[in-house]
Formats: sequence, structure tokens, C-alpha cells
Amino acid sequence: MKMGLASKIWIYFLLIATSAFVFFPVLYAFMISFMTGPEIIQGKFFPESISFENYSKVFSRLPLLSYLLNSFIVSVSVMLGQLVVCSLAAYAFVFFKFKGRDFIFFLFISTMMIPWEATMIPNVFTIRKLDWFNTYQGLTLPFFALAFGTFLLRQHFLTIPKELHEASQIAGLSRFRFFWRVVLPISKTSLVTLGAYGFLTTWNMYLWPLLITTNQSVRTVQIGLKQLQSQEIATEWGVVMAGVIVVIIPTLLLLFLGQKQLQKGLSQGALK
Amino acid sequence: MTRIGRVWRKSVDGRTAALYLLPSIILFSVFVFYPMFRTIYLSFFLTDQTGNAAIMVGFENFVYLLGSSEFQNSMKATGLFVLYTVPITIILALFFALLANEKLKGIGFFRTMYSSTMGISVAASSVIWLFMFNPSIGMFNRLLGVLNLPQIQWLLDPEWALLSVSISTIWMNIGFSFLILLGGLQNIDEHLYESSRIDGAGYFYRLRRITLPMLSPTLFFIITISLINAFQTFGQIDILTKGGPSQSTNLIVYSIYREAFINYQFGTASAQAVILFLIILIVTILQFKLGERKVHYQ
Amino acid sequence: MKRVELIDVSKSYDKQVDVISNINVTIEPGEFFVLVGPSGCGKSTMLRMIAGLEEITGGTLKIGEKVANNLSPDKRDLSMVFQNYALYPHLSVQQNITFGLDVKKMKKEEQRKKANEVAEMLGLTEYLDRKPRELSGGQRQRVALARAIVSETPICLMDEPLSNLDAKLRAHMRSEIRRIQRSLGITMIYVTHDQVEAMTMGDRIMILHEGKIQQIGKPIDIYNYPANPFVATFIGSPPMNLAKAEFNPSTSELVIADELRLPVPIDEIGKLPRTSMTVGVRPENLYPITPETKAEDVFHVEVTNVEILGNETVFSFKLGGEEWMAKWSGQWHIDIGDRMPVRMEFESLSIFDEQSGELIKGTIDYGKYVKQQKVSP
Repeated sequence: MKMGLASKIWIYFLLIATSAFVFFPVLYAFMISFMTGPEIIQGKFFPESISFENYSKVFSRLPLLSYLLNSFIVSVSVMLGQLVVCSLAAYAFVFFKFKGRDFIFFLFISTMMIPWEATMIPNVFTIRKLDWFNTYQGLTLPFFALAFGTFLLRQHFLTIPKELHEASQIAGLSRFRFFWRVVLPISKTSLVTLGAYGFLTTWNMYLWPLLITTNQSVRTVQIGLKQLQSQEIATEWGVVMAGVIVVIIPTLLLLFLGQKQLQKGLSQGALK
Repeated sequence: MTRIGRVWRKSVDGRTAALYLLPSIILFSVFVFYPMFRTIYLSFFLTDQTGNAAIMVGFENFVYLLGSSEFQNSMKATGLFVLYTVPITIILALFFALLANEKLKGIGFFRTMYSSTMGISVAASSVIWLFMFNPSIGMFNRLLGVLNLPQIQWLLDPEWALLSVSISTIWMNIGFSFLILLGGLQNIDEHLYESSRIDGAGYFYRLRRITLPMLSPTLFFIITISLINAFQTFGQIDILTKGGPSQSTNLIVYSIYREAFINYQFGTASAQAVILFLIILIVTILQFKLGERKVHYQ
Repeated sequence: MKRVELIDVSKSYDKQVDVISNINVTIEPGEFFVLVGPSGCGKSTMLRMIAGLEEITGGTLKIGEKVANNLSPDKRDLSMVFQNYALYPHLSVQQNITFGLDVKKMKKEEQRKKANEVAEMLGLTEYLDRKPRELSGGQRQRVALARAIVSETPICLMDEPLSNLDAKLRAHMRSEIRRIQRSLGITMIYVTHDQVEAMTMGDRIMILHEGKIQQIGKPIDIYNYPANPFVATFIGSPPMNLAKAEFNPSTSELVIADELRLPVPIDEIGKLPRTSMTVGVRPENLYPITPETKAEDVFHVEVTNVEILGNETVFSFKLGGEEWMAKWSGQWHIDIGDRMPVRMEFESLSIFDEQSGELIKGTIDYGKYVKQQKVSP
């Protein structure tokens, strides 16, 4: 597309203005995290000096490191769990012909219409009965099965030519080895998308960890932030913002690295 | 070969498939289908402290809810919240996506900026906004001060609280909507634009006659998802307002949470959950009914 | 090298009407056997039944001397080349070639040796480390071939392997596949919709139409003695011209499409039915006239279309509502609308029963002999 200089400048202007607007709160929090109490009260935007005092404070006030580790363990577990459970289901939907396939697929899709919050009360009781309060399995297992993930992978598996399956049958490859050696490697991009999505949403999960963790043993960073905020609110905003920055860095990095991939993968899963 | 043997051999696909589907089916049964039915069941009961059904009351929980001003208020707040957040989020995200879809140098940087809020958790965003809304040191009131305008008690004034929460929610949701819409824009066949340029169509004509119609499946998807998400809002309420002041931000999920895990009224909480489920069901069905007619699939 | 035998094989879906029925054929060891027919005739289904990718719902399939109906595909000792090549996109050319060997747990060293041998045979040596997407269509096709060859199975199945190539490459690969098949002596079952491929490659060909065998035989026999009008028009390009005809006993003439009259030699009269029949004549058997041509063999047609191909000229005309074509060798200056004299011989006619479609009289053998005495003009 050829574009005139005037419209180019105009578009750049809009891009810069609006993206600065969108990113401003994050930048602001970042600046605050280096400021001392008086500086914050004066309402400055740039800190006078870069001091990491707030960061050392936040790590000493809160077992933030162990929260980070918990969040990491929980997010990676959910990510891997979703990849395994969803890819197995998607494989069955694409490469097997069986009675009731459409019905079961419909059941899967119907779970997308059941808001998770509408079922949380019995789920909390279930976790209590299993004695899974304050455990990793309590935080992760309910999220392993994901209709959206199954759907996304199924869409990708459907693009694999059936001749590949047939050629593998002639070569004598078992069903599972075809799944493992051919289907999964070919679908790497979709698996990465789903993995990133799973990690991101789990890392950011709020309500479920709030319900399931009653002590610090497996508490995640998001609940840590709530804790921090309610403890520190009146006084030390710099410390709170340092906590915020620590918590969002992993996911922001992940997003920056995988933005392109995520955008392609998600819109594909959503539409085709 | 015997008949049974034949049937057994023919069903081998079904049996192996069941093995692959089993993990999903078990998890869905335990954590989605069972609790759904259990919630419906509980909504007809009064419960004890541990959530066991105690007295069957039929539709009384629902009757009570529909008559209670608290719940009516919660429904009204939820409705307003959806109305405030969904259209604006999508319009802004679409605007950003259109900008970010231009082929310019450094466009990747801007795309990352626009999508950044997707990487920031609800809890973290809420804390940032809590600071910005702070009546004495937050930047909003400072800005008003500079402009010589009267100060606003953003989160503490019942008139403003819901609006404030909505503003922060719009910001939080822009990243995801942007990403999906940009994906949709990039799926549009370049040839369509080329042929329209040959016909001499201007930018807004192309936007109206090509971009939006071709984007309609994506728009349809993101509207549905945004509506559902808005009804499920919880984190920002818990951190920013705790449903207050005077319940002006007591959105339905927060109301369920409070009823169940603070007041231990699992029966009425379940009844609210059933209502939430029905609302989302209706929204999805309506969306699909409308979508079928309006959406152009490629 | 194994025999493949189909006895009364049929195929139906959900116990409905057969899509393939009554297939009886024996494919001999080392034979190049071509299944040809228009799309949807069941040829691919038949091949996939032999491969074990589709269930056989009736009849018996024998591979070697063993009944193979219920054997899984990998137990049938065969390899298959697919129309879209079915290369694994995430594996290199070498890994693609040795995929089957790896599954059978052959030693890596030996795998590499075999892959190198086959790659050399097909000119793929320098591409062994590439991924399929980095190859051209023709190279991908060779990788698919290499994968079939390296498995060293006695039977190879090919499903339209050349249809994604351009015309020039296709002609080249035809002879190459033929050469490889001969040198390895494998039994080849080859599916195509292209009658030129069928004619040029097959030792024998089977023509399928609507799930039924129309004819099995050597290409040239099928060309000269098509079993029915379908085969007559399917094999040969341009197709055989067909028209309705009747025998007029009073004049001993064959009346074709109520327009042309052709004298019938006396000893042939007895063989003709007294009812109406379908006659066919190949375009190359409609000749230009010469000074010696007898007047009764000549008829005049009005040209409706002309194609000059350089070494031959094809022109069309209408006869009995059908478009007929004549093919003359060399370049002829003909214009649309010209009235052309054309000569036809009774000997070159194919005559079919109008009801059953069966061949009553075939054409004579026009083959020219070089070494024997019989050299026709």
C-alpha cells in the first residue's frame, strides 16, 4: 500500500498518542516503584534517583519469593496439564471415527457457556471433601480440561492431511505413536499458543486461589498483591508498586515475546 | 468370524477414543457438570454452614432474591457495568487494531504496547488504578486540581464508583480485544483491498464496505466473549471497592461470593449463580441468533 | 514379488448400495497394473481397500497366497504413494525416506545407507537435509517415491501420483516410474484418471465406471477392441466418434445417423444385427480422400471447428446431433464452414449392440510391422 506523507505522519501521531495513553498506567507504576514516600506525595512523575529500596522492602515484608515460586509452579502445571488433556481430546475428535462423537463434542463446547463463577460453590466443597485446600492439586487440577483449548487444537489437527495418517498406518505406526511423533510436532505453533494462553491466564487467576488458599503455603502472587495492598495502603505506595512490577514482569515478558504467535493462534481458534 | 467379534473389532476406534477423551470427560464431569447440577439443586434449599442442603424451599430463594432490593441493586449495577464497559472496550480496541494494522516501520512496537494490558493481571491492574484513583495523591485528582476543577471521590462516591471501576476495567480488557481484532484484520484477504483501490474507493468507504463486513465474525466473537467476561467480573471489585460504597458496585459475581463465603447463605448464593448462568445462556443464544443473520463468514 | 487377487470384492457404506461391486481380477507378480476411470468411479476406493485403509465389505482380497481382508495396512507388505505425497512436514527428506524403516526399528546406520542409495537413484542426494516445504513439487514427488522404494515391499500402490505436476515433468516421471518399477520388479497398482498415463504406463489396465469393471486388458487391445461405448470414448484422444446406425438389407448398406451410407462387404453382412446399433470410428480413421477413393466411400461434412496442432490437424463437424472429430496428420488449411470430403472404411468401424453396449465388431489391426514382411503403406 502506498501512503502519502501527511497521512503517514497523522497515523504515527495517533499511534504514539494512543499507545502512550494505554501504556501510561504501567509506566506510572514503574516510576512510583522507585520513589520515596515524600516524592509520591509531591506528585512527581520521574523519581529523583533510582533506588531499589522499595523492592528490597517488598521482599522482606512479604514471602514474595515463595509466592512467585507458587505462582510459577501452578501456572506451569496448569499449562502442561491443559496441553496434555486438550491435545489428547482434540486428537480423539479428529483422528477417530466413533458413534456419538458429535454429541460429545457438543458437550465439550457447552462447557464454554457455563460460567466458572456459577459453579464455584460446589467446587469449593469438592476441594474441601478431597482435603485439597492449600494444595497445588487443588489450585491446578480443575483447570486441566479446557473446551477452548481442545477446540483450538482440534482446528489445527483438522488441517493435517488424512494421507499423513494413512501413510503412517502403512508404515506400521501405532495410534499413539502417530499422535506423539507426527501430530504433536506438526502442531507446535498451536501448542505454543495454548501453552502461553494457559500460563498467562493461570498466573493472573484471582478468585480461585483466593477461595482455596487459607495460608501462605501455596498462596500465589495475585493474592499476595491483595495482601500487600490491604497492609500498606495508607503509607507506602512505593513498596506496593514494587510488588506490582515484580508480579507483572513475567507475564509482560511472555506477552512481548509471544504477542504475534498469541494473536495468530487465538484468532484462529476463535474463528475457523 | 462371529458377530460379536465383528462388532468388538469395529468398535475398537470408539474404545480407544474413549481412552483419549477420558481425562477431559472426568474433569468436566467433576468440575463443570456435577457442580452445575449441584448449584441448581442447592438453589432450591436452605443450607447449613457447611453447605449441605437442609430445608427444601422450592423457588423461595428466587422469590426472595427478586424481591430483595439488594439483589435488584446488584442486577442494576451489573447491567450498567456491562453497558459502560463492553461497547467502549470494543470500539477502542477496534480503533487501535485498525491503526496497528497499517504497514509502517516499527508497528510491532505499537502492537506490543496495545496488547500489553493482557499481560497484566486483574489484581496488579486494580492496585495501579487504586493508586491513580486515590483522592489525595492519585493522578486523576491532581489533574483536576491543575485544571481547577472540583475534586472527585472516585471510588468512595456512590455516584462515581461504578464509573471508576468501569474505566479501569475497559483498560484491563483492551489488550485481549485488541489482539483478537488485529488477528481478524490480518486474516482479511489483501486482494479485496487491491481490487477496491482499483475501483477508487476511499479509506472510510473501504472500512465500511470491506473491513467491517469481513471482520464481522471476529467482532461477533469478541462481543460475545466480552459480554460474558463482563458478567463474570470479580477481581477489580474485590480490590477497588469491595462492592461499595453503599453497594453501588456490588456486581453479581461479587454478590455471589459474599453471599456464599462471607454470609454462608449457600442456598441464595446458588440461586444467584443459577441466575448468572441463565443470563449468560440467554446472551450467548441471542448472540448466535443475531449473529447467524448479520455475520458474513468467509 | 507378490500376486494380488480380488475375488468378488465389493464395497458399500452403511449397508447401502454398493459403490464398488463384483471386482474379480488377478494382478500378476511384477506387473504394472493401472486402474483408470473418471473421478468418482471407485478406483481410489479400490486401491485403498487393497492398502487396508478402507474396509472390504464383501468378497476376498488375497495378497500373495494369504487372505488379507482383515490385515492391518502395515501387515500387507506394501508401500503407497499418495496424490499429495503425504510427506511429514516436520521431518527432513532423509527422515521422511527412512520413516518406515525407523518404525520397524532398523539400525540407524543401515537406514542411512539405504536412504543414500535411494536418494542417489532419484537424484535427491543434495536435498537430504532439507524440509519438504523447501522442495519443488517434482522433488517432493521424488521423496514420496523414495519412501516407497526404500521400504523394499513387493507391492507398491500409487494414487494419482503425478496429477500435481506440470505437463512436462509428468511426461518425464511417467517413464521414470516405469523404469524403476521394471528394474526393481515390483508389482505396481497405479490409479489415475488420465488415460494417457494408463495407455503409456500399464502392462494391463482396468477401466472402472460407476464401481464396475468395464474392461481389463493390454492398452492396445483396449484401444482397438473397446468392450463398450464407454471404454471407446474414455480411451483415446480425441475420443471415438459414436452414432446410431441401422443396416439396410435391400441395399446392403449401413445407414449412420440417417445421413451416411456405407456399403458393407458381403462376408460381414451375416455378422450384423438386424436391429439398430451404435457405430464408432476413431478420429484418425476418418481419412482425407485420394484420387483412388471410390465415390461411395466419400461423404461431405461441414466443418464447425478446426485445431491445427502443427503435426496434425483436428476438425469437427456435426453428425446426427453429435459432434464428430477427424484427425489428419500434417497441416491442413481448413476454415470453419468449409465442406470437406471425408473417407470412411467399414473395416475401421467399431460396432456395438445398442441395447447391451457389447462390442460386435472391432476395428482391424492397423499395427505396422518393421521386422516381419507385412509392411502396410
